[in-house]
Amino acid sequence: MTAIVFGESQKGICKKSAFEVVSFAHQMGVQDIIALVTEDTTNGDVLGQYGASKVYKIKGLDSGAFDSKVWAKAIADFSSSHNGNIVIFSHSSFGKSLAGRVAVRLGAGIVSGVNALPEGDLFSKSVFSGKATIKYQIKSATKVISVMGNTMKPIAIGQSVAVETIDLGAAQSSTKVLEIKRVEGTVPLPEAEIVVSAGRGLKDPSNWGIIEDLAKALGATTACSRPVADAGWRPHHEHVGQTGIAIRPNLYFAIGISGAIQHLAGVNNSKTIVVINKDPEAPFFKAGDYGVCGDLFEIVPKLTEAVKKFKETHS
Amino acid sequence: MNILVCISKTPDTTAKISFKNDSKEFNSDGVQFIMNPYDEWYALVRAIEIKEQVGGNVVALNVGGSDTEAIIRKALAIGADEAVRINAEPTDSMFTAFQIAEYAKSKGFDLIIVGKETIDYNGSELGAMLAEYLDLPYVSYASSLTLDGSKAIVQRDIEGGVEISELNLPCVISAAKGLAEQRIPNMKGIMMAKSKPLTVVEPVGFESKIQTIGFTVPPAKSSIKMVDPNDMDELVRLLSEEAKVL
Ligand SMILES: Cc1cc2nc3c(=O)[nH]c(=O)nc-3n(C[C@H](O)[C@H](O)[C@H](O)COP(=O)(O)OP(=O)(O)OC[C@H]3O[C@@H](n4cnc5c(N)ncnc54)[C@H](O)[C@@H]3O)c2cc1C
Ligand SMILES: Nc1ncnc2c1ncn2[C@@H]1O[C@H](COP(=O)(O)O)[C@@H](O)[C@H]1O
Repeated sequence: MTAIVFGESQKGICKKSAFEVVSFAHQMGVQDIIALVTEDTTNGDVLGQYGASKVYKIKGLDSGAFDSKVWAKAIADFSSSHNGNIVIFSHSSFGKSLAGRVAVRLGAGIVSGVNALPEGDLFSKSVFSGKATIKYQIKSATKVISVMGNTMKPIAIGQSVAVETIDLGAAQSSTKVLEIKRVEGTVPLPEAEIVVSAGRGLKDPSNWGIIEDLAKALGATTACSRPVADAGWRPHHEHVGQTGIAIRPNLYFAIGISGAIQHLAGVNNSKTIVVINKDPEAPFFKAGDYGVCGDLFEIVPKLTEAVKKFKETHS
Repeated sequence: MNILVCISKTPDTTAKISFKNDSKEFNSDGVQFIMNPYDEWYALVRAIEIKEQVGGNVVALNVGGSDTEAIIRKALAIGADEAVRINAEPTDSMFTAFQIAEYAKSKGFDLIIVGKETIDYNGSELGAMLAEYLDLPYVSYASSLTLDGSKAIVQRDIEGGVEISELNLPCVISAAKGLAEQRIPNMKGIMMAKSKPLTVVEPVGFESKIQTIGFTVPPAKSSIKMVDPNDMDELVRLLSEEAKVL
């Protein structure tokens, strides 16, 4: 079996998701894993450590000039000419724009947002705001999937491999990227392993210092509930939930958030959830793993101190 | 400007979810269905706003059985000019995208807007498929869309930021939060919707490439472990030693 894995990069450096999807293919038991990266990628060789047997840079693709039509054509053409049995993307803003296009080009069945290793040709994903899991059979010989972030911890198992550049022929560009604006300095929410999230219980935007301190101590990314973003207390890109972003970190702190279903829809796939709320009846306590009932303004600073102490003795 | 907006129905998020037929099928008995919020609040409203600025026609299209007509009427009440229903159960995204593409290919739409995802199955697939069937440029997760002559300038959400790009019309866009402000249908809109055309189109043959095997409900969370608010060292210890996440 041959897996064609698309490894995303940012400013020419492979993202964590690239290692995750290669690891996913490896854990599936695929022997022949071919990773594709953009031409400007400088560390594609590292994908070999996670299980890629070959890495190709596709001539003409640039991580700063995304064009779903041109990229999808290149990936699909490559898969056809290298007899790919499965094409794997990460379920990111790039993967989502590509996977469907590639599936149509290849006449392949597709499952997007896969959240576990497949059993044969059966692939599962979470649906109905995390209230159920659906299992699909992909019937076509060639298959396309996109894998949710944080599904597979990338595990280095081998050696770096040589990277070759492949020219698949020029395609007419369909989209011109004018500008990319990024919030610098923090791990983007969908990729974060630890997230500290706060809601209306914070009372006022000026109180966010305690949330930022805790996040800093943990090396976490901050998030918020929707009313907090709507009120302009926090930037929109921090809004998680049904109408915001869906995340699945290893550890999610919900501080002064009631736990409405629309909020839970975006976070209840987190591995471990800690709830801090003064209301013992807050619905979030039903969705959490660890709970602290009390005033967040007292609890959060104490927690930050405890985390700092822990980090000092464990590093 | 001839604009196509794809609308879908989805259970209300607060709906109780259950399955039937040995957990092979979703049980829709007693479930309240709504128009998918991304389609209603953002895709449809932005299409109507563009039409209001530059003139044109907004077609709302749904692939579904006759039970979706209430949702289609709502789209007309909000301001779509006409509606189309492709008379088939939308079994999977590729089937649905194929049906929409077959309908749209001869209609000369300048712009096609879909929602970023349905809130029940969260596929986020259909826009990309439709674009590929129609051989058009596609940008997903648009939080802003403006037209400049025959070009669309789109800002889309990417991990940790935004990407702004320019593409030629016709193109396909998927709508995310921020693209427009929700509009509530008013009495006049509801009355006018009654006289707007709704065309029913029969589907084209297509062999699905995936099949649903069944649903499982995750085991109920074991009850939460409460920690003394005065002992945050204990919480840190549990996170490190028991949950192994620190
Ligand atoms: C269609 C739709 C889509 C939606 N999408 C989203 C979404 O994507 N994301 C989202 O978050 N919401 C969404 N919502 C809104 C959602 O229903 C809730 O209204 C929202 O999540 C509530 O935000 P909150 O928990 O911050 O505020 P509140 O509900 O006001 O809760 C504040 C909490 O803080 C606690 N608290 C107050 N003071 C303290 C203190 N001193 N110490 C400790 N605890 C304290 C309170 O006990 C309470 O539980 C959506 C709603 C709809 C209808
Ligand atoms: N049955 C349908 N009829 C019309 N449009 C649909 C249908 N299903 C999905 N869509 C459109 O495709 C978008 C994305 O759906 P999905 O890819 O299934 O998450 C939705 O927001 C709708 O705009």
